Amino acid sequence: VSEIHTDQITETVARLCIESNYFLGQDVLAALRRYRQAEVSPVGREVLDQILENAELARTEQMPLCQDCGLTVIFLELGQGVHITGGDLDEALAQGVREGYQDGYLRKSMVDRPFSARINTKDNTPPVIHTTVVPGNQLKITVAPKGGGSENMSQLAMLKPADGREGVIKFVVEAVRKAGANPCPPIIVGVGVGGSAEKAVWLAKHSLLREVGQSSPDPEVAELEADILERVNRIGIGPQGFGGLTTALAVHVETFPCHIASMPVAVNIQCHSARHKEAVL
Amino acid sequence: MRLVTPLTDEVLEQLHAGDKVSITGVIYVGRDAAHKRLVAALDAGEPLPFDPNGQIIYYMGPSPAKPGEPIGSAGPTTSYRMDPYAPRMMEVGLKGMIGKGNRSLPVREAMQKHKAIYLGAIGGAGALIAKSIKAAKVIAYEDLGAEALRRLEVEDFPAIVVNDIYGGDAYEDGLKQYNRE
Repeated sequence: VSEIHTDQITETVARLCIESNYFLGQDVLAALRRYRQAEVSPVGREVLDQILENAELARTEQMPLCQDCGLTVIFLELGQGVHITGGDLDEALAQGVREGYQDGYLRKSMVDRPFSARINTKDNTPPVIHTTVVPGNQLKITVAPKGGGSENMSQLAMLKPADGREGVIKFVVEAVRKAGANPCPPIIVGVGVGGSAEKAVWLAKHSLLREVGQSSPDPEVAELEADILERVNRIGIGPQGFGGLTTALAVHVETFPCHIASMPVAVNIQCHSARHKEAVL
Repeated sequence: MRLVTPLTDEVLEQLHAGDKVSITGVIYVGRDAAHKRLVAALDAGEPLPFDPNGQIIYYMGPSPAKPGEPIGSAGPTTSYRMDPYAPRMMEVGLKGMIGKGNRSLPVREAMQKHKAIYLGAIGGAGALIAKSIKAAKVIAYEDLGAEALRRLEVEDFPAIVVNDIYGGDAYEDGLKQYNRE
């Protein structure tokens, strides 16, 4: 058994909020550079150059990569031997968001009363928290700010088992086509297949935490990812929608067993500002 | 091509989908909540906080400015959410919109009818775009925070013409050229 104080959790979350918004991951940068070399559209190449320049500027000037500093999604992997001391865990996480968004000059984008008054909560709380209990004595915290533009392009379908692999591919390709220039391509396509409706959406979001371009460890799933990526990049949307070969940098698929009657498929699109940072306590 | 605001029909007639432009002068900033109020004011017959004639509205909600800076990160937001309001703004003289992403058919038709253009800025390049913003001031709806109505002074603000006054669409052209399905 190990003890973790909520103050340490708050401090860590605040730091991760700022770091994720200022510093684009090396995996994303590498993918952008690789696709920049292969892109044939002149405007597409220019857009990719400016996205890379923007990342460099954000890093050196310590400012947000994007003015949309996201709704703060937090994934926790809580070791079952961990004892949280000092107070309420969810409140400690929210306090971390509050401090990080204030101290980091990050935009506060959360509104309460979503279908009526839409009042800004002014500190970007509450975060959306996904907690998984795992073996061990550690707490892994991943902060993944998610922009509204790409999140709005999410889709869920309850496909028929008869739709099969091709049904999954078609649904994902059409979701990307429909999203068009809106989600800030080049995108990373998160896909969840199986489980229940909400499990599929969780899988799609969770897949975005994987290093960009790293294939699924399951060979059959890895092959599906490669096939979807190939199909998506045939559409021609290109960087920022101005046309080109680079619509997606990667497709990540996670699966889960499902009911004999079902085949849920969820798509969660991530913009090129693919931000997430993690820490283990 | 270099654009200086306010925009005139003569200048807009020279622009075509896909053209690269750089904008210098004053532009206005408003997104979802500000548009709701602008159009409500028009519907109520009240004056707007600024004269939209010949002007450009940039769909954007900046991150907070650090001390000594005019603005924080300042890239475009997705434009289709302003589609319900855009034709009404063009009716009262708005000549340009800056954002990212596809516009609805009624908005594209209104652009042809009222001789207005839609420009795309690079989404997710908010730190870079901020470099072309020299001054920023909230002019109305301060309670909306990031969504308040702002007046910006910009210098060589980079954008690409997505929709021109002739019905051209750079996104459609791009798809036609690069689709390999």
